[in-house]
Amino acid sequence: MKSVSGIDNVGIRTKKDRIFLGLVVLLSVVTVSPIILIIFKLIAKGYKQLSFGFLVEKMPDTMQAMTAVANNELIPGGIANAILGTLLMVVLASVIAIPVGIITGVYLYENQGKWMANLTRNVSDILQGVPSIVLGLISYMWVVKHVTMGFSALAGSVSLAIMMLPMIVRSTEETLKMIPQTLKEAGLALGIPYWRVLFGILIPTGFSGLMTGILLAVSRVIGETAPLMLTALGSSVINTNISKPTSAIPLVIWEFYNDPNMVDLIWSSSLLLMIIVLVFNLTAKQIASRRK
Amino acid sequence: MNSDKITKIVLFSVSFIILILAGGMVFSLVGGAIPSFKTFGFGFITSAQWDPTEGKEQYGALPFIAGTLITSLGALIISFPLSFATSLFLGEYYRNTRVAKVLGTMVDLLAGIPSIVYGLWGFYVLRPFLISIGFDNQGFGVFTSSLVLAIMIIPYATSLSNEIISMVPNDLKEAAYSLGSTRYEVIRYVTVPAARSGIFAGYILAFGRALGETMAVTMLIGNANRIPDSLFSTGNTMASVIANQFGEADGLKLSALISIGLLLFVITGIVNGIGKLIIKKMS
Repeated sequence: MKSVSGIDNVGIRTKKDRIFLGLVVLLSVVTVSPIILIIFKLIAKGYKQLSFGFLVEKMPDTMQAMTAVANNELIPGGIANAILGTLLMVVLASVIAIPVGIITGVYLYENQGKWMANLTRNVSDILQGVPSIVLGLISYMWVVKHVTMGFSALAGSVSLAIMMLPMIVRSTEETLKMIPQTLKEAGLALGIPYWRVLFGILIPTGFSGLMTGILLAVSRVIGETAPLMLTALGSSVINTNISKPTSAIPLVIWEFYNDPNMVDLIWSSSLLLMIIVLVFNLTAKQIASRRK
Repeated sequence: MNSDKITKIVLFSVSFIILILAGGMVFSLVGGAIPSFKTFGFGFITSAQWDPTEGKEQYGALPFIAGTLITSLGALIISFPLSFATSLFLGEYYRNTRVAKVLGTMVDLLAGIPSIVYGLWGFYVLRPFLISIGFDNQGFGVFTSSLVLAIMIIPYATSLSNEIISMVPNDLKEAAYSLGSTRYEVIRYVTVPAARSGIFAGYILAFGRALGETMAVTMLIGNANRIPDSLFSTGNTMASVIANQFGEADGLKLSALISIGLLLFVITGIVNGIGKLIIKKMS
């Protein structure tokens, strides 16, 4: 504590204090600058391509794209196949993950301190840390190899669902912990059956908290590319069959990135993806802040 | 059987799915990895050979393990000053102010940007920039990957340390102020020591995130199956080699990639476990 003891060096100490504050502010601004830089870049390069047609037409082939680029025109077509693919897989993943996640969260809340619940909670935490590409491998080995016998939307959904599950479990338990115990006790005292206390009182009371968790989980998996490369593969046609290869927005970005003729489409596709993710994210934040 | 009992059984059996899932994952990964470990033995981890030529296939994961550790460590070092400053901004200097709320939201949004968008940005913006300032003459490789990874993990490191820093008791800080400390001195001698283990845990969890990041690294590291020998050398990480080579893989190669997935699973599990343990000890 040498520097604190001196009284004669107040000038230096105040200067140090100021410099440190300046440094903190500067570095904090540097920290958040990428988000602004990235969004501006996406808007600047992507807005021209983003039209109604981009949303409802399917992907152009390489030849069409090449001709358009050669004539200095906008590349025709859109990414409807990818948008529908993302929708299909995310909805399917949610259908799998949300009920299991919420019920597991309720179980953990109802069995605080018991070893089985602790084990489940720890395992769920471990699952949350598993890299998404490993989940892709898992779904490949399980679904692609044994269920759909080929790359498929279902396989993609399974990998996304495994990713969503621990997030929903955690947010459900955390939300329930914040609900006053008296509410549950009042329900039980009135003789309401246990399951109705859980799903008729606790869940509706914590609805906005659960919603926040679900929206954040969805916004996280919408942008996932790696597991889908190993499972859904991608497709240039609109596909609604869950046992067939399916495209997704991040997957077409990867395709465009690797195809010199289509590379102009990466910005508009990324812009669209970014808008979707931001809407989910900010809605979740909004719901969460209104709770407080 | 009454309905309460049924409810309990349903809760229990549904939540058991997670355990089955985790058990099944370990089982499948180990099962898929067996052929390559049988062929190469322990050498799979220590060999730097990666040769898919048919007939004399040779797979070793060392270059990818090295690439993963180097890029993630680099990301941690780069992100440290940034996220440390940001958590002081949010948790100490401007706690509960409007500007902190805006900044905090922006930091959270950094975590929402999809990995592939980071990759595009790194490739089309950061790479040319690094080349133009003469920092790096090819723009691919370990350094660029670490830089983008650093940005990606900042939210994870920041959110925990910010929370811990803002929880440091006020009377501790006030005692130091009353002795005539400047704010910097309070932070240095009171806040940071008190929040140390939480900050540390935050960085460990962020490191765990960096280990498994796939797309951004795949687009920036240059995909060379060798041990990076300098900061600007190209390489490959465990996640990126799976993403890159999975498409054409079957037989022994597929097993080798699954083995890498298993290793990645184990390494991230250990790193996250350590982080969680520190957090648990604190509370």
